Amino acid sequence: MTRPALLTRGLSKSFGSLVVARDIAISLPVGARYALIGPNGAGKTTLINLMTGMLAPDAGRIFLGDDDITNFDPRERVRRGLARTFQINTLFPGLTPLEAVTLAVCERRGISREFWRNIASHREAIDEAHDILSRLRLAEECYRPTRELPYGRQRLLEIALALATRPKVLLLDEPAAGVPPEESGEIFEVVAGLSDDLTLLFIEHDMHVVFRFASHIIVLVGGAIYTEGTPAEISAHPGVREVYLGTRRHG
Amino acid sequence: MLPPIFGVLFDGFAYGMLLFLLSVGQSVTLGMMNFINLAHCSFAMLGGYVTVLLVNRYGWPFFAALPIAFLAAALASVAFERTLYRRLYRASDLDQVLLTIGITFISVAAAAYIFTTAQQPLQLPAYLRGSLSFMGLDFAVYRLILIGIALAITALLVACLEYTRFGAKIRAAVDNERMARGLGIDVDRAFALTFALGSGLAGLGGALAIEIVGLDPSFAFTYLVYVLIVVSVGGLGSIGGSFAAAAVLGISDIAGKYYVPQLGAFLIYLVMVGLLMWRPAGLFGKR
Amino acid sequence: MASAVATTASSPQAYLRSLARWKPIEIAFWLATLLPFALVPNYLSLASQIAIAGLFALSLDLILGYAGIVSLGHAAFFGIGAYTAGIISKYGWGEPISGLMASAALAGLVGWTTSFIIARFRHLALIMLTLGFGLLLAELANSMSWLTGGVDGLQGIHTWDLLGLFHFDLYGFTAYAYSLTVLFILFIVARRLINSPFGLALRGIRENWIRMPAIGAPSRAHIRAIYTIAAAMAGTAGALLAQTTETVSLDSLSFERSAELLVMLVLGGAGRLYGGLVGAIIFMVARDQFSGTTPQYWYFWIGVLLVAVVTLLPNGILGGLSNIAARWRKT
Ligand SMILES: Nc1ncnc2c1ncn2[C@@H]1O[C@H](COP(=O)(O)OP(=O)(O)OP(=O)(O)O)[C@@H](O)[C@H]1O
Ligand SMILES: [Mg+2]
Repeated sequence: MTRPALLTRGLSKSFGSLVVARDIAISLPVGARYALIGPNGAGKTTLINLMTGMLAPDAGRIFLGDDDITNFDPRERVRRGLARTFQINTLFPGLTPLEAVTLAVCERRGISREFWRNIASHREAIDEAHDILSRLRLAEECYRPTRELPYGRQRLLEIALALATRPKVLLLDEPAAGVPPEESGEIFEVVAGLSDDLTLLFIEHDMHVVFRFASHIIVLVGGAIYTEGTPAEISAHPGVREVYLGTRRHG
Repeated sequence: MLPPIFGVLFDGFAYGMLLFLLSVGQSVTLGMMNFINLAHCSFAMLGGYVTVLLVNRYGWPFFAALPIAFLAAALASVAFERTLYRRLYRASDLDQVLLTIGITFISVAAAAYIFTTAQQPLQLPAYLRGSLSFMGLDFAVYRLILIGIALAITALLVACLEYTRFGAKIRAAVDNERMARGLGIDVDRAFALTFALGSGLAGLGGALAIEIVGLDPSFAFTYLVYVLIVVSVGGLGSIGGSFAAAAVLGISDIAGKYYVPQLGAFLIYLVMVGLLMWRPAGLFGKR
Repeated sequence: MASAVATTASSPQAYLRSLARWKPIEIAFWLATLLPFALVPNYLSLASQIAIAGLFALSLDLILGYAGIVSLGHAAFFGIGAYTAGIISKYGWGEPISGLMASAALAGLVGWTTSFIIARFRHLALIMLTLGFGLLLAELANSMSWLTGGVDGLQGIHTWDLLGLFHFDLYGFTAYAYSLTVLFILFIVARRLINSPFGLALRGIRENWIRMPAIGAPSRAHIRAIYTIAAAMAGTAGALLAQTTETVSLDSLSFERSAELLVMLVLGGAGRLYGGLVGAIIFMVARDQFSGTTPQYWYFWIGVLLVAVVTLLPNGILGGLSNIAARWRKT
């Protein structure tokens, strides 16, 4: 039996009296395409924060491959191959995409403390960054300051920054959040085109997109896993229709 | 007979109450909007100079001048809030720091221009200058009154904050600004009012300070440091915290000057840095 | 502007290289720094102080302009450097270059020690901590008057001839040459540093502190490194002032000194290599003109400048100029 790429066991977290994660057990097999769905405030982002170490869990353990990473700081988790994107753009507004992704590549390659040689002399790092940007269709805009990019491009840059860390597991928090439906397709095509070795978990509200791109769906309600299964099972699940699809329709 | 330490404690506590008046407004407004206002003590200084002017030049009784000092500082702060501060609520720390340091510099220079850099004497009536003897120690009447005023204001503030609608709004805004906005509280207005109130109290503090620490243009910077210490030790937005921090700071400052005068203010700064490192949200802060 | 370069650049590497290339205006700037020798020989002492202020501002720019760390106590390192150089000289070793290095080393050491604390905080706590450290040190220097001379300043400094050849003359010829050379060398260091991967990481910290750990970046280690470097650089500036003026006073450590420094930097434009230098020139010349009669009112103008810069000129003079240039190029 191969080990899952990412595993959580009994993960719990409360903010005061508000329980946002209740005994969460998730297992992502290597190369998975999992979707995490749930109504607003279900605790999806919080779960990603817990897994990436941006929040400390009250209880539970997190494993990345063979390693227990529960006590590692966020940076150490990134170095070991666990990357994420943010629901709300968390970019470097004054840097160009080329600079931003080169920065991430330099950090991964361990040359970010190099203070004497010009950045331009690190050819492989720059080429790697440019390569990632090209794959995400950002090559043409990579010389403009990030803050000037159209919103949809900025969402792609979110993913590019995460990819620059060469993750084994990538957690995407609503990669198409705020993007008009006609453009969100492009973002998910890019996501779908990522390497098969990469283990993916993405949060998304649009059920068409979820059913199209996910091989497995986890439904989170009120901080707890309500149910999980294949798209077919989830779409047939009467409770999911009620708590999730139902509220979506009304909301 | 009481040993002299009680005299030090008394003077220190009175001084602490002064620091409390000077800083409580800063603590609450910082807690609400995270706006870093380094010009806070300029408003206090304004209160001081208004009092000097009214009492010395126009012969007003000291107690009649106090409300005017409060009003002058409050109104001036509103004017600044409306014109300059509100543009920078969402600006960077650096911009806020620069703007308010700039205002402080201007106020210091203006005070020096109008009143010269000399210490301002305040002509107080004789009954305020006297002291009461109790068990062999003299307690200055002025300090007793100062303590009384500060305690009354503390009680008033706590009552307002706990039992009025306005107080509830402020507590919500200090607790979680975004949530408060979500609940439909007009945080900007509540802030403007709190800001005026806090600056007014600073103005009152400035007026009451003259007799204790004197008044010259450097007041705006010297006491800024004390205010920042009180705020950072007491925790943002906490009246009780500010009160305790101010009392402790006042007593330790006076005691330090009494027992180890050669160290000067060094001890106080050391305590401040140490506390900040230990608990950046302040001793009594929640965040 | 950037897109114009991009179309001519053949590769991303060439594009990045083009950003770091020496521009003609930079060369012109450094050539112009030699002009005072010929044009205003009576003002060489002022020129030397401007060079020192420029170096000091450059050191703050590294932490504030590039890494986004607001410090209200940077004068602490300036003062450490000044007192170290002064005290070494007073007690018999007046050789300037070794004195300079010792001062830089001590300031850097103190910077490195405090950086462990600085790197853990942001925002208000950071501002208060840097302010607190600055005040603490000023107070310490004040109470250790047996060493520092207290409010009377440190007397009895004597700086030996530079390299054993050049006497520090009354006109400030040697002083300016010395200060300018040190400034230029450290400017080159800063310039290289800014254009390196480390410099890019610093800008990343400034632009988004939260994202840095998510791309695997050790922000705190970066901050510790740059804080130490900036402290050493500020110490060098302080030492230069002590050696060239042969006095050190308590106000080299004061809060006002830190505040003035902020003014210079934001006036010129923080986050630009030349921001601090341009700011220092304007500030020091203006002070020389205005403050002669009434030094206290000088602070009035500093205040007005601060308010004006924040409300009207958010990116400083250089930022404003480059905006105008960009607009002009577009039309
Ligand atoms: N730092 C925090 N402190 C207190 N409460 C928080 C904090 N972060 C999140 N919450 C609360 O936890 C709950 C879950 O938030 P979370 O962001 O994880 O939801 P979500 O499932 O990602 O929702 P959405 O679909 O809107 O993104 C919400 O009620 C939110 O208000
Ligand atoms: Mg979310």
